[in-house]
Amino acid sequence: MPFQGANAPTAASARLGSNSLSTRIVRELTRNKYVYIMTLPVVIYYLIFCYGPMYGAQIAFRNYSITKGLLGSPWVGWEHFIRFFNGPYFARLMTNTLLISLYQIIFAFPAPIILALLINEITNIKFKKTVQTVVYLPHFISMVVICSLIRTFVSRDGIVTNILSAFGLVQSTNLLGVPGYFRSIYTISDIWQGIGWGAIIYLSALTAIDPQQYEAAIVDGANRFHLLWYVTIPGLMPTIVTMLILKIGRVMSVGSEKILLLYNTNIYETADVISTYVYRVGISEGFQLSYTTAVGLFTSVINFSLVILANYISRRVSDSSLW
Amino acid sequence: MDSTVRRKTAGGIVFDVFNHLLMIFLMFIMLYPFWHVIMASFSNSNLLSIHRGALFWPQGFSTKAYQSVLQNMLIWTGYRNTIFVVVVGTALNLLMTTLGAYVTSRKNFPIRKPLTVFIMFTMYFSGGLIPSYLLVNNTLNLGNSLWSLIFPGLISTWNLLIMRTAFFSVPDSIEESAKLDGANDFVILFAIVLPTIKATVAVMILFYAVGHWNAWFSAMLYLHKKSKWPLQLVLREIIILSNVQDMLDTNAPDAESISETIKYATIIVSSLPILCVYPFLQRYFVKGVMVGAVKG
Repeated sequence: MPFQGANAPTAASARLGSNSLSTRIVRELTRNKYVYIMTLPVVIYYLIFCYGPMYGAQIAFRNYSITKGLLGSPWVGWEHFIRFFNGPYFARLMTNTLLISLYQIIFAFPAPIILALLINEITNIKFKKTVQTVVYLPHFISMVVICSLIRTFVSRDGIVTNILSAFGLVQSTNLLGVPGYFRSIYTISDIWQGIGWGAIIYLSALTAIDPQQYEAAIVDGANRFHLLWYVTIPGLMPTIVTMLILKIGRVMSVGSEKILLLYNTNIYETADVISTYVYRVGISEGFQLSYTTAVGLFTSVINFSLVILANYISRRVSDSSLW
Repeated sequence: MDSTVRRKTAGGIVFDVFNHLLMIFLMFIMLYPFWHVIMASFSNSNLLSIHRGALFWPQGFSTKAYQSVLQNMLIWTGYRNTIFVVVVGTALNLLMTTLGAYVTSRKNFPIRKPLTVFIMFTMYFSGGLIPSYLLVNNTLNLGNSLWSLIFPGLISTWNLLIMRTAFFSVPDSIEESAKLDGANDFVILFAIVLPTIKATVAVMILFYAVGHWNAWFSAMLYLHKKSKWPLQLVLREIIILSNVQDMLDTNAPDAESISETIKYATIIVSSLPILCVYPFLQRYFVKGVMVGAVKG
């Protein structure tokens, strides 16, 4: 009786509809019961540890005191943000953070791509595997060890200082005590530690390029350089763009862990970045919780805006994007 | 690329020679610092302190530094705490990441899209250091507990995406036949699907375990009792803050002088497990790390 339903009163059919919606939900919950059970702990984790701090970030707009609690602390609006923007360290922190990020994007970002392309050109499988095993290694060494190596090697008697001063490039002194050297030390050591690891993602993207594309290009008379330029690099482009957008999304939160292990008061003028400042003023020395939350929130918002912007531009220009 | 591609042009040969030399140079740069540390740790401190330039062999030979390091109780409690966090933490990481990756890869799961957005959003936006610190330290009261190193990082969203990509690559037919046999999703996931992506699972274990082994920042935030410190925080105390007093027998005549070799020996003692396991696991890397789609 297919037409009977159409003649039924509207209210009844609406109820019927809602009934069938809730039965559909119940049926779906039963059908995918186990998948929902699996989802539950994951959602709880993200709610507590990722969305919890986002909710807690409202103390940036309050004068937070632990005794009064989150909602009991008085609302002060933009006061902490304004204090940060007008404060004596704002220009220095922004300059240091952005310059180190810029160095990262210009020097440290392309390095693994170039390495992956060079490794890809090695024909001897054994040699290739050996190179890969060796260059990945520094990634697995802890930051504490890496930073202590850096500190040893650039100290007054360190091997790097010895070599550079033999060429007359630097004074024989602790290089981490000279503000002008910090960004170079940070960037070069970062490339040293990350180049191999960073190459992995490009190497696995290379394995996904269809061999037929190479064969077709060879039939058309392409040489090695042509293959690199017309097949390999376009094949890597989506991965490169993805990694670049993600990198741009971290512009404001560069390496607090590494800088905390390397810097000292002598070189704050080039080495102190927003994240180290937040740690120092918020936790280790200052306990200015609301103020540093405001600073942190400011960096999160900038980072997020940059990701959206970079993603938008990339979708327009290259049709690879994060979403 | 297969070898038929290589037509032996002069330019090609020059490039190959240059490339091989560059790679050998690169390997030297990568390995030398570790060699330096090993050699320095076995050196005689007095000879080491007057040595300049590259260090290819130990200066003299001494194991005094190792003896001092191994007598330091903090190294042992550090090892114990680190092993706890690595074992328990990695197991929970793997479980949670597997669940998250599996449910977001179910094609007929109606809330898959919003769930993926809910998860991925956290990659691009965070509440910041201070609210996380207050949550863990004050609200959840995990200060001075090793769980503070485990719970906040239960899932790395990046790892979840890698694993999700691996789940997408598993043919649907495998699950469908299991479903017809009456298997529920837990059985399908853990007994049927997971074994087919072993390489990715191996990489996940490695990533998380190494992450826990090397972590020091959250330990510095939350753990104030030295007896709770993981190895890396002990290491920081010894080699970055140069606090070797605990290990020096100040009555011994050469007490001050071994302080430098102690640092090197500490580095070796704390990095040895990673250096031993690493060569056996690295072959999974390229195969296991396909991030096909970061997209939702």
